[in-house]
Amino acid sequence: MKRAGFTSAWLPAMLLLPQLAVIAIFFYWPAAHALRSSFYLQDPFGFGETFVGLSNFTSLLTSAAYSRAAWFTVFFTLIVTFGSLSIALLLAVKADKVIRGAKTYRTLLMWVYAVAPPVAGVIGLIMFNQSWGPLKEFFALFGWDFKLGVNYFDTAFAMIAVSIWKQVPVNFIFFLSGLQSIPKSVREAALIDNRSATGRFWDITFPLLAPTGFFLLITNITYAMFDTFGVIDTVLKGQPGNNPMTLVYKVYVDGFRGNDLGGSSAQSVVLMVLVLALTVFQFRMIERRIHYT
Amino acid sequence: MTTHKRRLRLSTVVDHAILIAGSLLMIVPVLMLVQMTSMPDLINMKTGPSLSIGDQWVPNFEKAMFQADGFSGINTGTRMLMNSFILGIGFAFGKIFVGMLAAYAIVYFRMRYASLAFWIIFTTLLLPLEVRILPSYEVVQRLGMLNTYQGLIIPLIASATATFFFRQYFRSIPEELVEAARIDGAGPVRFFFDILIPLSRTMIAAMFIIMFVYGWNQYLWPTMVTTEEGMFTLVRGIKQITQMLEGNQIPEYGRANMLALIAILPPVMIVIFFQSWFVKGLTESDK
Amino acid sequence: MSHVTLTALRKVYPNGFEAVKPASYTITPGEFVVLVGPSGCGKSTMLRMIAGLEDISDGTLEIAGRVVNTLDPADRDIAMVFQNYALYPHMTVRKNIGYGLQNRKIPKDVIAAKVAEASALLNLDDYLDRKPSQLSGGQRQRVAMGRAIVRDPALFLFDEPLSNLDAKLRNQMRIEIKALQRRLGVTSIYVTHDQVEAMTMADRIIVMNAGRIEQIGTPAEIYHTPATTFVASFMGAPPMNLLDGQIAGGAARVGDHTVMTDAPAAPGPVTVGIRPEDIVADPNGPLTLDIAIVEELGAHRLLHGTLAGQQLSVHVGKDSPATTGPFRAALKPGAVSLFDAGTGERL
Repeated sequence: MKRAGFTSAWLPAMLLLPQLAVIAIFFYWPAAHALRSSFYLQDPFGFGETFVGLSNFTSLLTSAAYSRAAWFTVFFTLIVTFGSLSIALLLAVKADKVIRGAKTYRTLLMWVYAVAPPVAGVIGLIMFNQSWGPLKEFFALFGWDFKLGVNYFDTAFAMIAVSIWKQVPVNFIFFLSGLQSIPKSVREAALIDNRSATGRFWDITFPLLAPTGFFLLITNITYAMFDTFGVIDTVLKGQPGNNPMTLVYKVYVDGFRGNDLGGSSAQSVVLMVLVLALTVFQFRMIERRIHYT
Repeated sequence: MTTHKRRLRLSTVVDHAILIAGSLLMIVPVLMLVQMTSMPDLINMKTGPSLSIGDQWVPNFEKAMFQADGFSGINTGTRMLMNSFILGIGFAFGKIFVGMLAAYAIVYFRMRYASLAFWIIFTTLLLPLEVRILPSYEVVQRLGMLNTYQGLIIPLIASATATFFFRQYFRSIPEELVEAARIDGAGPVRFFFDILIPLSRTMIAAMFIIMFVYGWNQYLWPTMVTTEEGMFTLVRGIKQITQMLEGNQIPEYGRANMLALIAILPPVMIVIFFQSWFVKGLTESDK
Repeated sequence: MSHVTLTALRKVYPNGFEAVKPASYTITPGEFVVLVGPSGCGKSTMLRMIAGLEDISDGTLEIAGRVVNTLDPADRDIAMVFQNYALYPHMTVRKNIGYGLQNRKIPKDVIAAKVAEASALLNLDDYLDRKPSQLSGGQRQRVAMGRAIVRDPALFLFDEPLSNLDAKLRNQMRIEIKALQRRLGVTSIYVTHDQVEAMTMADRIIVMNAGRIEQIGTPAEIYHTPATTFVASFMGAPPMNLLDGQIAGGAARVGDHTVMTDAPAAPGPVTVGIRPEDIVADPNGPLTLDIAIVEELGAHRLLHGTLAGQQLSVHVGKDSPATTGPFRAALKPGAVSLFDAGTGERL
């Protein structure tokens, strides 16, 4: 709040009203609802529900399909996050360095940000098409018989590749803006102190980019967990079968397609807890960062 | 001296090579999509993407825009395009409207329960819609908002991203400005319209672009709440596109890819043309 | 032209911090009063209470005979110039100056006339249609002044208005502001941490420290008879030398040196204050200083050294010889101020 804020009782309340109304109805109500139904078993025909305590959760934890999806989510998230972060960092460092064509490169490397995830998935379907997909053909040169939607590993590979492709631009934008905010004097001082460009990068640039990198780490984990839904759904063509899927996709498949509301709500609650833990971790780290600087 | 120069050149060449490779990685897949929209479906089915440019752009475009399938026969490309614009613009507008007002109240007013309001609002940043997707669906269903634009847009607005962004921005505006305005006799309403909105123009534009792209690209939520074909957006209609590929004797690659292309073109154009605003808005929200 | 009267005006923040201890004084019509003190001394808070930007915790505030404690800033008949100018960046100079009048529903032609008058006074005619970002620091400062002038307020408030300018411009604007205030005759309160600004601009200075008023007086009074050691050390550059001394047998001594023969104080420890320029070179003088450093400033020199082992500075003319080492000196008559060694108050 500003020191010399306005004083009025009704005006700020009116200003907050739209926001509060929207989040009350479409955030807190559903969130509370999810929490509640995770402790209930819904009658499949819609006649009432029974309180079952934690049994929705225990059956989750013992479900092989769920733990398969959970492990896949972990690997998927790690690979997508680090893959897209490292590619983006490399490109950002180079784009920050070159003088000629810097603006053109920037545009060329960032526009994919605006491509919707499911469209990225469609493009993935072309690239890995069974009969003539260019990447499929390329892998065939090395004797890799790529079978999208049939082979578990190949399908996962396609999902990851598309998800990384879609995420590189936003990371690139943040890294580049982080690099450009490093003061010129610091770079010049480093130039005098260290003649090796690689040394300068690891000793000076990389630590100074750490705050950006940390912010992106969290954003990317969230992206890989939630926003890849469109990619996965398109790559799987809506037919999960025995294919890999992430936890969010499973919430959707079980709850929306399978009508297991209690189980799906329990899954939602698990995801909520995960995200909350991630956020608390993020705030802790940010606090520590402030303490140190 | 000469060796030094040569080494410098070599590293520059490597830099450019990496950047060009990266750029190609971004562009080539989409170029393949574009190339396929120019070819007859039969050739697409047999050979996939190639280097030749065909003459099917116009017919494919016409099919994509005006041909409908499904039961109702109204989910033409034009219809989906319109719905996408309604979602993108409606979402961006709603988000900015709600967010600016709330941020204004939080930053510029002395309120009781200010910190309570703050926490109620900013807790919503923690849980993305995807986590509470089913209960949200139920709420929308109970309110009778399935297959309506309100049902499509408002639940997406139910988080505080824009509020948070505007709060950060308002806090960066020098304090003396509101003090000067108060001495100049401007009340809260006048200050908002005379000073704050004109000052925030760039930020509003940046936010609009980001939110438009975000809304336009929504997939999971539209998939759940819109089941009537007349309500489909382009991105939500992607499923139809992939089904076109699967279902027919000769998959309609030309038409499907053209629809995919139409789905990415508006947001991509906006991001490219308003690049500096967009980048500023995006990276500013990090602070 | 109007009185401003503060009666036991006080500011306590919710966390219990007392930013301004009860302060009372009256400012006479047309007077230029400078509030000076180190940062955090409460001078800005006091100004902001007068402006209405900060709530008054206790006491009363009258402007032109009206108690304005709870009035909105806009209703107090004041104008304020801010440290960073606080110009509206999206408005032209013309709109910036006229905005306050426009909010008061004053007819357009009257606003135009007043803006024209103010801009003529401030030499802003060529810049009326520019935005603040296209102006230099000094020009922005003038626009901020213009915004204050057009309102014909009962009281001008200045919150460190020159601190963002470079030294040369600051000197120039100092004179401009002072001249303008003289011309308009508007009662003014000016906050600064710069003692030179305070000395040169004020009719009366109010020195503040730690939320308390240390002294109110004309620049000469403040300089020559500081009420406390704080005032003595804050006003003047270099500041008054403050030395630990003793009163014995009616004389004030620093170490073995007698600095005052008829000290009006009881025997015991005192703080002895001597302005650097009140120490003059004198081969037969009673004091022997040990000079360590000579600062050459052209028109004069500053000698830094010790007297009886205590640090002090001497300000001598350019004609006075200056070398390091022993330095015989005498004091000008009436040069010595005595302060209570415990409380720091003038004896």
